[in-house]
Amino acid sequence: MALADGDVPRTRTAVRTFAFTRFRYESVVALAGLAIVWQIVSLFVPHFLFPSVPEIAARLVAIFTSWNSIFDIFATSARILAGLAGAFVCGTLLAVPMARSPAFERYVYPLLNFNQGIPALSWVVIAIIWFRGNEFRIFFIMVMTTLPGFTFQVLDAYRAMSKDLFEMTLAFRPTRFDLLRTLIWPTVLPGILTAWKVNLGNASRVVVVAELVGATGGVGYELLQQQQVFDMAGAIAWTLVLVLFVLIVQGIITLIETRALGYRAFAEHAS
Amino acid sequence: MTTMGSGTPEILFEGVSKSFPRLDGGPVFEAIRDLSFAVGRGELVAILGRTGCGKSTTFNLISGLIRPSQGRVAVQGHDPYGDFAWFRGKIGIVFQSDRLMPWRTVIENVALGLELNKMPQKERLDLAASWLARLGLSGRENDYPHALSGGMRQRVSIARAFAGKPDILLCDEPFSALDEHTGNALREEFRELLRQTGATSIFITHSIEEALWLGARLMVFERPARIAYETVLRTDMSETERQAVRDRIRQVLSVADASN
Repeated sequence: MALADGDVPRTRTAVRTFAFTRFRYESVVALAGLAIVWQIVSLFVPHFLFPSVPEIAARLVAIFTSWNSIFDIFATSARILAGLAGAFVCGTLLAVPMARSPAFERYVYPLLNFNQGIPALSWVVIAIIWFRGNEFRIFFIMVMTTLPGFTFQVLDAYRAMSKDLFEMTLAFRPTRFDLLRTLIWPTVLPGILTAWKVNLGNASRVVVVAELVGATGGVGYELLQQQQVFDMAGAIAWTLVLVLFVLIVQGIITLIETRALGYRAFAEHAS
Repeated sequence: MTTMGSGTPEILFEGVSKSFPRLDGGPVFEAIRDLSFAVGRGELVAILGRTGCGKSTTFNLISGLIRPSQGRVAVQGHDPYGDFAWFRGKIGIVFQSDRLMPWRTVIENVALGLELNKMPQKERLDLAASWLARLGLSGRENDYPHALSGGMRQRVSIARAFAGKPDILLCDEPFSALDEHTGNALREEFRELLRQTGATSIFITHSIEEALWLGARLMVFERPARIAYETVLRTDMSETERQAVRDRIRQVLSVADASN
């Protein structure tokens, strides 16, 4: 049954249905609005600066119908996801002992802060000098640039765990695994999903820089090719491919978030 | 002072002291000093005292959430802090606030202890549903806690504590956060449940009336937690006798206040 305006979903099924409906409409409307604005601007500006939406769409079709281009998209996507996964694992491995040991945190925190001040381009140069393989270079750059974000967010999520709920769960004498499954994981999950969403945007920017400099394939490499032939439609089409990838992954994360954490927004709404 | 309840001691405090260090490096805070008492199997004991007299520290020592600085705490002959896993399924707790997990539905919250005690899913959900029905929450099984009122949420936490049929039930001012009407209604149901289960029960409260109404045995704490007064309440006590107990408790508490 559909919910009327102002109704608050009470059950898990209602929360999931409501969250999915909201996700679909808002995303489509926002993107369609952007395309309309771009098309209007392209009518008044030279096409080599602002190519029309149909022109860009044609380039997009060309990209998605070429196996080489699809391989480039796949390569960039895999690099982003591998880099994020690596940073997530390393960040979690750092965050948990930091949360449990103030002494450890006092040593690691300044190092992470120091790392945050290093520009992505510096990591690119360092990686090129230090390592041989292109893929490992990109992986290293991705991990180093997104590591602090994951670490701080997982750390904050761990620390936000309710002492009351922790004591209540301990009173039932859970095993370590059960404590992790029933309390710690649901508590840190919002922070982890936020970390993935935030770092996904960062990673997509960094991967392009890394590919521009060191790769022989991928979206960054293709963007470099478009720049050399001064092809604005191609540059935008490749950019859109990357944006599309980020939006798809963001959408998947948002869907997971609204389904797994649906109780949260409505709990706040109801209170 | 050592006071034995009837039957085999189920809960035993022997010369227990508990201090907490201060974060600013000042002198330690002494919550309990040389506390000794015993509670027999199936006994219902109400612990009464002013805020900050160490009731909750006593509660946390029995539930094994903290360990004593000195002395010995034994529950069913075991150290509740050290023998962590041994107590799985043996202790049920009703806290002052409901402490429901917001990401779990009502029935999943009730079934939490059963789940951690490795009861099969169907069995534990059936049992949780039966407890919800018993506490008047049929039809709300799949709601999230936020959809319930304060009284309903506390019922869910009571169901969670009772569902595992614990040997020992610990209650830390479970009705203090509720309005008077809801608290009174829930208190009646709660006393009936205690009678039916026969679990050894420790009920912590700062309300004299609640302690008189509920406790078969009553201990009044003064700060740092020591037993300042203790009595056994008979069900056939006359109103005059009960009033005498009330007056004595007030006198003890006012002396404790003055000495603090």
